Amino acid sequence: MTATTVASTRAAPTPGADRSRARARGLLLLRRLGSAVFVLWGTITVTFIVLSVLPGNRATIVLNVQSGQTTVRTAAEIAAVDRQYGWDKPVVVQYFDYLLGLLHGDLGVSWQLKRTVGSIIAEQFGPTITLAIASLLVAWILTIPWTLWTAGRGRIRGSIGSAVETIAAGLPQYWVGIMLLLVFAVNLGWFPVLGGTGFAGTVLPVFTLAIPLAGFLGQATRTEFDRAVRQPFVLSARTRGMTESGVRSRHVLRHALIPGITLSGWAVGSSLSGAVLVESVYGRPGLGTVLVSAVSNKDLDLVMGIVILISFVYVVVNLLVDVIYTIVDPRLGGTR
Amino acid sequence: MSASAIGTRPTPLRRRRTRAALPVSVIVAGIVALFFVVAAVFPQALAPRSPLSIDLLNTLSGPSASHWLGTDDAGRDLYSRIVWGTRTSLLIGLGAMAVSLVIGIVLGFASALAPNWIAQPVNRFLEVLLAFPVLLLSLLFVALLGPSAPSLIIAVGIGSAPGYARLIRAQALGVRESGYVEAARALGHTSRTIFAQHVFPNAFRPLVALVALGIGQSVVWASGLSFLGLGVAPPSSEWGVLLNAGKSQITTAWWLEVLPGVAIVLVALSFTQLGRYFQDRSEGITR
Amino acid sequence: MTETTTAGDARPATSTDGDVILRVDGLDVSFDTVEGERRHVVKDVGFELRRGRCIALVGESGSGKSVTARSLLGLAGENSVVTARELTLDGETLLGRGDSWWRRVRGKRVGFILQDALVSLDPLRPVGREIAEAFRLHAVGTKASREQSVIDLLEKVGVPEPEVRARQRSGELSGGLRQRALIASAIALDPEIVIADEPTTALDVTVQSQVLDVLEALIAQGSSVILISHDLAVVARLADEILVMNGGAIVESGPSDELLANPQHPYTRQLINAVPSEHTKGTRLSTTTPPTRTAAALFPPRTRVDADGSEPLLDVRGVSKSYRGPDRVVRRVVDDVSFQLSRGETLGIVGESGSGKSTVARIALSLVTPDSGDVLFRGGAWTAAGRADQRAIRRRISVVYQDPLSSFDPRWRVSRILADAIRLGDPANARRVDERVVELLEMVGLDASVQTAWPLRLSGGQRQRVAIARALATNPEVVVLDEAVSALDVSIQAQILDLLSDLQAQLGVAYLFISHDLGVIHHMSDRVLVMQNGRSVEQGTADEVFNHPQEPYTRALLDSLPRLEYARLHEVARTA
Repeated sequence: MTATTVASTRAAPTPGADRSRARARGLLLLRRLGSAVFVLWGTITVTFIVLSVLPGNRATIVLNVQSGQTTVRTAAEIAAVDRQYGWDKPVVVQYFDYLLGLLHGDLGVSWQLKRTVGSIIAEQFGPTITLAIASLLVAWILTIPWTLWTAGRGRIRGSIGSAVETIAAGLPQYWVGIMLLLVFAVNLGWFPVLGGTGFAGTVLPVFTLAIPLAGFLGQATRTEFDRAVRQPFVLSARTRGMTESGVRSRHVLRHALIPGITLSGWAVGSSLSGAVLVESVYGRPGLGTVLVSAVSNKDLDLVMGIVILISFVYVVVNLLVDVIYTIVDPRLGGTR
Repeated sequence: MSASAIGTRPTPLRRRRTRAALPVSVIVAGIVALFFVVAAVFPQALAPRSPLSIDLLNTLSGPSASHWLGTDDAGRDLYSRIVWGTRTSLLIGLGAMAVSLVIGIVLGFASALAPNWIAQPVNRFLEVLLAFPVLLLSLLFVALLGPSAPSLIIAVGIGSAPGYARLIRAQALGVRESGYVEAARALGHTSRTIFAQHVFPNAFRPLVALVALGIGQSVVWASGLSFLGLGVAPPSSEWGVLLNAGKSQITTAWWLEVLPGVAIVLVALSFTQLGRYFQDRSEGITR
Repeated sequence: MTETTTAGDARPATSTDGDVILRVDGLDVSFDTVEGERRHVVKDVGFELRRGRCIALVGESGSGKSVTARSLLGLAGENSVVTARELTLDGETLLGRGDSWWRRVRGKRVGFILQDALVSLDPLRPVGREIAEAFRLHAVGTKASREQSVIDLLEKVGVPEPEVRARQRSGELSGGLRQRALIASAIALDPEIVIADEPTTALDVTVQSQVLDVLEALIAQGSSVILISHDLAVVARLADEILVMNGGAIVESGPSDELLANPQHPYTRQLINAVPSEHTKGTRLSTTTPPTRTAAALFPPRTRVDADGSEPLLDVRGVSKSYRGPDRVVRRVVDDVSFQLSRGETLGIVGESGSGKSTVARIALSLVTPDSGDVLFRGGAWTAAGRADQRAIRRRISVVYQDPLSSFDPRWRVSRILADAIRLGDPANARRVDERVVELLEMVGLDASVQTAWPLRLSGGQRQRVAIARALATNPEVVVLDEAVSALDVSIQAQILDLLSDLQAQLGVAYLFISHDLGVIHHMSDRVLVMQNGRSVEQGTADEVFNHPQEPYTRALLDSLPRLEYARLHEVARTA
């Protein structure tokens, strides 16, 4: 055995490698899908358990909410409501009934609005998801040039960049909303104060969510950017005669985006729930507004439906993020 | 070079480190945080006027010499209300942080260090909890417990717990796999000693920073819930309550909406800044 | 130092002045630090590079060799100040040039090869695109022609199946292949000068040898090469002229053979003598003297002196261990390995990366339980023993790792690190921990002042000394040294190896010495075990294995090892 054969036994596999790599990637995505289904089932179950330990008699709450007055209810009244909602059955049976209903797209009925949860959600989901997705996009649009402009270019620019990000990330969403509303709607009058769901009314809510989000994404991106710009492959690219901006946008940026992309799944979830606050600030219809009134009126089926929906979106978005991630970073979870 | 006398590296390096003054941002953050702590403990020292005294001649007046931050629709002094509201806001923040830290530590350490038959299910459970955004999980518990200060503490505490659990888990896993834990094992320490003298303290160290970060974030979340009318009820002057009350007057009396928000932002930023500083410092020792 | 041609030079001497392609005179590089101080890292460096020649900059870390090389590309670094009396490339000055001028030089006229292609090629991009980038940046060829050129280049540097490799990322290639791909990217535009900065560091010897072959071929084809390395043996194989750097300045320079055979400067001599090899066995590598206080006095005499002396301390019997990788494929990392370690001897385990030698170390330490086979300690159960019994034995077997820093709790100062180990050892010492800490520090050649230091603030050599002190604190009979000197500069490595030899002589401790470095293993070991792919390939006394290898793999390893011609050298050095 010569030195050459020693090396070739240890070399990476060749021709079949492409196919086996594809299979490995497929398997990986399949596993992710399995765990996504598990997480979804888990969120439904946790939500169900939390809401089923609600103190007080449910039927009484329903009757009180529906009639708008708090009194002691008779056994007959309670029994009627219990039968109507299936609460006379054991909790376990109720749980499986609920799961079964979910599989058929039946999310139950809102006690307060006396409509199916499914129809309420279908009506309110659009404005809220628009808000969440748009704010994620705007956040990225703010983050990328900001990072390219301030990261890895000396201490002063870097510390200004990171200070702005820290402040942006620390701002409470509702306060950002209030400030934007005061400045751009009340004082400057560029946008309507009570905007509705049209384009003009959507701009300020989107920025309200996007600014703190951009702060978070910016922090993650900058940290990775600063790390990547010191990597030897960057020096290597420079020694080939690459321009500074070429190095930054062609090599470093791609590395720097990775943690931010991983964060994006979390970001959509947090925007969806942040919508609760923003919709309240701008008096904008949507899931958030419905959720707040459902929570304060203990309209539990509606609360449950919305919570499950948001978790569902969260899980789906995270799956998408996984796919995007394998495109940006094809190394398959650390081949290194 | 003789082998018998290799001392420590010349000191300048270290002296330069200690001489380097605290960053300005940390000093400012410290002063701001101190102000709010004093306001929480001795509100009368900073704002002698009662937060509830009504001045009907000066309703909805803007910031002025007599009312530094203006008054509300009942003529109550906003500055006093913010100062007197600090205690509630900070206590809720502190309480929520404590709740989430306890849950986070238990779940985090369990999922990282417990035997597999415990760690696996706990880990899965954590995965599920992490699918709930903080605010959503908090809302779920507010729905369960009804609006009040204690339920805010529990709701926000539980809401942010999964995030802490994940951080602590990652930290504990890192420490468990570290070279010094293996070195201690090779020396012949018992697993209990190793846990007590290496794993726990090292996994716990960054939590000091987390506490500061956590208080700020908890204040933000809790006042957010109050802002939605799902938290503390008026006449408390908790900051979220002030924001909620000012909502209807946003076009006429901006200060009612902006200034309590400034208090929240200042607390959030100053505690975050302090937390970061401690974090960097604790990492500075490691490398 | 103007004339580089000597009788010993193999290549024909063509020394007309027009042949000089790069002329450096009085090069100074300094950095402005954040504190406003100016750090001078390269001082008055001068040399000439001729067409088709190879000169080498040799030095330890911090010697300024890399900064010197980078300043030839205008990439000395942020806040750097570069001045020179003369700095000319083919008659054109490199001083005071703007960035766009430099960009036309980089890659086109001067190619640059960094160490470790895993991180020197963008891990997210296929290597083919990385290589093609050089063409794209300098607007050479069309998109299609570039693809073909990339494949030709890969073929030229000896990459098999270049079409397939071009589509793979650096992480998917073996160390040797990706280093060749990196070389391909540097020579894509056929630059007049190629600078190679530690091109073979972190490569296994067999791979290193192949990469050096590629560089040798480049020089033979007329490229001028500047080779930067800490390894004199690597340099000796390629360089026509060697410049030894220390503390930013050239301390000695001259034609390779002459400089290596007859070094004049004490630092050069020290550097050459510090390299462990077959010839250095039993001699001191460093200029240190054995510690004055004898270590033996610090420990009670061994309670039981073996009458027959035949019973091995460690008896490793047919151990195997498999792991499941991230791709869920089960790999047998250690496959039926057996050996014995006797009192006071050193057994060296040598192998390339992935040979399973470190897993064997962890099995010998009973930190990993073997899937099959077991390890006996003094004839009694060790890996198979109960937890409490194991803990009792652990005091008798200790370990020193490659990276001592990570083996110290970051919250602990040196004194506490040592005290912790002392308390586990002899109870008599546990009562006088503070004195004991100082004694141990002195034993490993450290000043008592070190005890209050954080390990992070110590130098690499000092840290390793502390690690050795900790390992010996419990008075063990076996110390496992897992690549314990691999991360150190050669002169520090020499000091640590000398210390280990001294301590073994005084304490009679047995070493299980694990290393990838054949020279170190030969210098230290009484017996040697060669590992490949988890299996034990060959075992025997050091001289048997190194001088009369029986197995082809061992021979291949030894053949690929670059060597210095020592015999004469050491005489010279010792008598001087």
